[in-house]
This record gives sequence, structure tokens and C-alpha cells, in this order.
Amino acid sequence: MFKKKECVAMLLAGGQGSRLYALTQKTAKPAVSFGGKYRIIDFPLSNCVNSGIDTVGVLTQYQPLQLNDYIGNGLPWDLDRNYGGVKILPPYQGHGGADWYKGTANAIWQNMEFINRYDPKYVIILSGDHIYKMDYAKMLAYHKEKGADCTIAVIEVPIEEASRFGIMSTREDGQIFKFAEKPKNPESTKASMGIYIFTKDVLEKYLREDSLDPDSSNDFGKNVIPKMLADGQKMYAYPFEGYWKDVGTISSLWEANMDLLGEEPNFQLFNDKWRIYSRHDAEPPQYLGKGSKVVNSSLTEGCEVWGTVKNSVLGANVYVGKGAVVEDSVVMSDTRIEEGAVVRYSILDTGVTVGKDARVGEDKATAQGIAVLGADYKVNDKEVVPAGAMLPKDI
Amino acid sequence: MTAAGLIFSNIHNQSIPELTKQRTMASIPYGCRYRLIDFALSNMVNSNISTVGVITHNNYQSLMDHLGTGKDWDLARRSGGIKLLPPFISAHENRLAGKLYENRLEATVGAANFIRYCSADYMVLSDCDAILNIDFKAVIEDHIRSGAFLTLVGKRVDVKKNPIDCPVDILTVDSTGRLTDFEVAIPQKGKPLINTNIMVIKRTDLLSLIDEAIAKGYKSFHNDVMRHGLRRRLFRVYEFDGWYTQITSLESYFAGSMALLTEEAQNSLFRVEDRLIYTKVRNSPPTKYAASAKVTNSLVADGCSIEGTVENCILFRGVRVGKGAVLKNCILMQDTNVGDRADLNCVITDKNVVIKDERRLSGHETMPFFIGKGQMV
Repeated sequence: MFKKKECVAMLLAGGQGSRLYALTQKTAKPAVSFGGKYRIIDFPLSNCVNSGIDTVGVLTQYQPLQLNDYIGNGLPWDLDRNYGGVKILPPYQGHGGADWYKGTANAIWQNMEFINRYDPKYVIILSGDHIYKMDYAKMLAYHKEKGADCTIAVIEVPIEEASRFGIMSTREDGQIFKFAEKPKNPESTKASMGIYIFTKDVLEKYLREDSLDPDSSNDFGKNVIPKMLADGQKMYAYPFEGYWKDVGTISSLWEANMDLLGEEPNFQLFNDKWRIYSRHDAEPPQYLGKGSKVVNSSLTEGCEVWGTVKNSVLGANVYVGKGAVVEDSVVMSDTRIEEGAVVRYSILDTGVTVGKDARVGEDKATAQGIAVLGADYKVNDKEVVPAGAMLPKDI
Repeated sequence: MTAAGLIFSNIHNQSIPELTKQRTMASIPYGCRYRLIDFALSNMVNSNISTVGVITHNNYQSLMDHLGTGKDWDLARRSGGIKLLPPFISAHENRLAGKLYENRLEATVGAANFIRYCSADYMVLSDCDAILNIDFKAVIEDHIRSGAFLTLVGKRVDVKKNPIDCPVDILTVDSTGRLTDFEVAIPQKGKPLINTNIMVIKRTDLLSLIDEAIAKGYKSFHNDVMRHGLRRRLFRVYEFDGWYTQITSLESYFAGSMALLTEEAQNSLFRVEDRLIYTKVRNSPPTKYAASAKVTNSLVADGCSIEGTVENCILFRGVRVGKGAVLKNCILMQDTNVGDRADLNCVITDKNVVIKDERRLSGHETMPFFIGKGQMV
């Protein structure tokens, strides 16, 4: 017999992340590596389990193989539960036919049955493209305290960047009276973080209406939220303070990785009370050979360094040969940088090989953009990959 | 052909009292992120052994904490998996009443039920003081082919490189690999063939050996089983030729750890295809090297934060090295905190040690300076 869950999380992980180009040609954005030993989806999943939410539906659509494989039974996040836990929810063929997820709201609507199995009072909607640590339990307490129908987490952004976000205008008590998706002339600096808590009955009602509206693009930001606001539902903005970064672009992904470095890093992973969990292979400890030089960098298990690593984030099992230089770069797992090769201001996906004496990217100070090499790309010995290159090319 | 494993977690505890005061031999931290038992367990798992009994004796809380359900070794199974076998102390009047086992034979007798009720054809027995990456499938095949009653894994150890400072079995074999004689002694020179205490035996043979031991009142595995069995049974020695080190004292722990800084050791212990070494996952963040860090020839686990100079060291998870600190030839276990400008040479710290700013400590390769669990210097 099923018991009730107070709050169920729905994690939207079907996005292609087309602005990450080469990094998402074979994998969905939430499965992209971050910070050496994590994937983007580790952050919302760890936040859930740290916040006491143990039932998470992960909605997948685009290139789900790696993501399914990575999440598996949810064991690394302690989400392998007898009741609840993490469940992968792909689009499916139903009685009335089969459909892809048409938008964020439609994806949730198609999985209303999953939500209702747990008979929750609240549903939290998350997305798999942000790096942050957040206690959803506090947000849920806020939602209950305000007696809200919908609570949207917001973060203060600089006014000049506000037109990139969904912007909320609120009263003093936090109630939202206006919502503008990517406004040209923003009236506020409270940006939506794409994290919503709904009272389930209200959510179900609006999703049903939205599903019947042929003109809707079935999106929370474009359709559901404005509709609820227009109807006078109680909607509140939950102010979040702390690190939060959308890693939807090459430059923001690079920046977020760099935010882990420095004496007082912008984003601190060292915190025993809010651990970020991840699935990883059994790798030996990292070895820094004779003559190696590793400064202002983050390295993880299985790395073997004989050369120089500076201002960089290295994933598991990265080999840096003698005389090789890695600078201002993000290098994902299982990549080999052979002797004498130089990698500057670049992002290298998993399984890349940079041949002997090859050059990838240019000095950050003068480079025209970040060089990006997709998964398993091979740079030949002495080959030169210019700054800002995106390889392989046909994407 | 199926096999089950049996691991003795406490045998040799007395040889390294500094590290086994609060834990078993099996749970001694080694190689940045492992415990000694990880090698025995991983070797078994990598050889398709999925039923493993772990015999404990005393202070095995840290071992239980490390093993958990066994899921990190893929040994959380419905059928088989890891079975902890605490000492069987009878409350009734018999020869085991209120008494812990005292040697290998008694320990094995205590595990008789585990051996009786597991369905494997062969048993692989192992201690936890040997560090090696070995394929037991090959040992078992060799055992079957030779028709031996018992196969011991032997290793030629270069006494100069891996000094062994407690008595071990020095084996004598004939040209066919049959064990003809052995002596228990401290090897002094050359490359003697020593017993790694890894054994393969048919499960039913082990059970009859246990019955025989009980019936005849055998006391010791060495004197009664091995010595007396030499002539009437075929005891075979399988010579292991990979990288090997044995921990027999604090000095050999130091030498055996420093040996990991060679490429040979790393490649043949950690980088063997399809034979990874597993351990408990701690989910530490990656290690951070500050702008002032200078690290060479060192093995470092995740979760460290390094601002100083580190040379020829083994750093476990969560170690912090302050600004201007200089560490040479040190082994710092989990969550050791080294203050700014401290200067350490040939120091071994147990878990959670705090070394304050500007402290200067030095041991020697032959006598490392040891700081116990949770101490503050």
C-alpha cells in the first residue's frame, strides 16, 4: 500500500542544450561534466536529497542514454529507495497516441499519473542546467507560510543582465504582481531561477487547461505562469541568496568551472554539511610526478600530471605528459594531453586526445574565444587548433 | 567452477600496534584512499567471487563502518555478497565457552557454518597484510590442474626493497612447484619465496580439514595442518610475479607506502585493465591546489586543499596543507590538518591529526615519526 509523499520533485532534463554545441552532440545537457567529478544534474539531485525530498522524477528526451546510465538506480545520491527514489520518465506511447514532450508544462502534464501515485500536496519543478546549492525545504516552508499556490525562486541580477531572464515584479511581502519573460526594459532585478513549487491541485488544474489550449506552447514561463498570474492566483517570489549559475553556454560553463578556483572561490564545494554526490568509477589517487607544476587548479582521482597545470579544472583520469601545459582550461575525464602539447583557454570534453607538441587554443588575454573539443576528438601530433574553434565542425 | 572468499581481518594485528590500536589490520588506511582489506576484496570481486566471508576478532567497528552493506565492491547481493563473521563465542559449556579464537585454525573452525552453507566449489582464503593485484581465477585453475590439496600463493620478495621484520613462512619447493618444506623465520637476505597466506582449497576439503582439526585436537595451522600434511598431501605453491608489498610493521608500512610513488607500482596495482581496486566512496570534492602550491612526486586523494610544498608524500582524503608548509616523505591520513609554515619530514599521521603552525617534526626512513589518531601537535 502506497504512503503519501508531501512533496515530489520533477526534474526537467530533456533539453538539448544546443548552445553547448560540441559538448552536447552525444549527451543531454544535464549529463555534461562539471567541476572535475560532477555532472550538472548532480546539483539538483544532491539538493533534493539534502533537502529531504526523496522522490524525484527525471524527465528525459534528448540523447538520454548517458543520462539514464548515469542516474541508474539512484544509488550515489541515496535515491535507491523502496518507495519513491529517483525515476526516469521518458516520453511514452499512451492510449490516445504517442507524443514527444512539447514544452516544460506538457512534460509535467504527461506525467501527472506519476505525481499522483504519491498523492503529494506540493510539487517542486527543477531544471537540469544550473549549478547551485539550495535548501528546497526552506523554500517549501516559505510556500506554506505564505499559503501560496505557486512559489518561484528568484535571485537578484544586475539590471543590465535582467533582460536575459524571466523577471518578477513583487510587492513588499514577496507577492508577484507582474512577470515578464526576457523583457527589453526590465522593471525589476528579481530573476526567475526556473525553480517552482506548486500546490499540486492548482498545478494539475492549470496544466489541464494548458493542455486543452491549442495556441499554447505548453511552457511554464511563457504560458502557465502568466495565466495563473492573470487569474489572480497567489504567487510568491522566494528570494535566494548564494551562488547560482546557468551553464547553458560555453562561456558560462567555463566561468562556472573557474568559479571553483581561487583562495576565496565564488562557489565553494568544500562543505561537509551540503555534500554534492556523484557517480564515479574506482580510480586510483591522483599522481603528480617529478617536475610537475600544478597551481590554482582542481584535480580529481586518476589524474597523472608530469607537466604544468595552471588555473584549470581537470576531470578524472586526465593525463598531462612531460613538458605539456594546460592553462585556463576545463579538461573533462579520460583525456590525454601528450608530451609537449599546450592547451590554453579551452574546454576539452571526455576522451579527447591532444597529440605531442600540438597546440589547442591561445593565451586567454589575446584569444578570440574559447576553443572547444567534443567527446573523443583527436588532435594529431603538432596540429594547431585555433582559439575559439568548435570541433568537430559539423554541428 | 565457482569460488567463495574468506578474509581474516585481524591476523597480524599485533605486528603494527600503532595503527591497529583502534582498528583491525583490515581497516588500516593505505594508499591515499584505500583500506588494506580493499585489495583482498577487490581481487576477489575481480575474479568473479561474489560470496565473501570476513572473519573478525576484536575492535572491528571501523571495519564494519568501512564495509557497510558491501555495495562499493558490488557485494550487496541477495544471494551471497559480503558476510561479516564475528567471533563465535558460545554461552554454553564447551571448549569455545567465553573464549575468542586464538589462531588461524580456530578462526577457520569458527567460520565452519559459513563454509558449510555457501555453495561454491572452491574457497580462496586471504589475510589483509599483503598488497597486490592478483587474478584468483588463474590460481584456482592452476590448483585444479595440479590436483593439489592446497595451493599457497608464494612471492619472491627482495628483502632489500621490502624489508620484512616479523617471522613469515619461507617456502621450499621442488621443480614441480610442490611444497617440500618451510620454516618460520625473519628473512635476512636474498629473494626468499615467502607465503602470502593466500590459499586456494576445495570447499569440501576445507570442511574435512576442519572436522579433522576438531577430531584430532589440532591447535595450529602451521604445525598441525601444514607440517604434518606435507608428506601425505600435495601442497602446491603458485608463484605470483606481479608487484607485491607486505605490511609487517610501521617501518614496512612506510616503505610499502612510499613504494607506491613508482610508476611500476601504480601501473601494476591500480591500472590493470578490468581489475580495478574498489573502496568506500566518500564523495569528497576534487583536490584544490592553490597558487602557492608546489607538489611533486606525490599521490594525493580527493578533498585535499594544498597551499604549501609537498614532496614524495602520500596524502589521504581531506588533508589540508597550510601556506609555506614544507612536507617531505610524509604519509598524512584522512583529514590531517597541517598549519602554515610547518616543516615535516618522514612523519606518519593517523586520521584527524592537527599540526599547528610552524611546528617542525622529523623522523627517519627507518624510523618514521608516528602521530596517533586525533592528536594535536
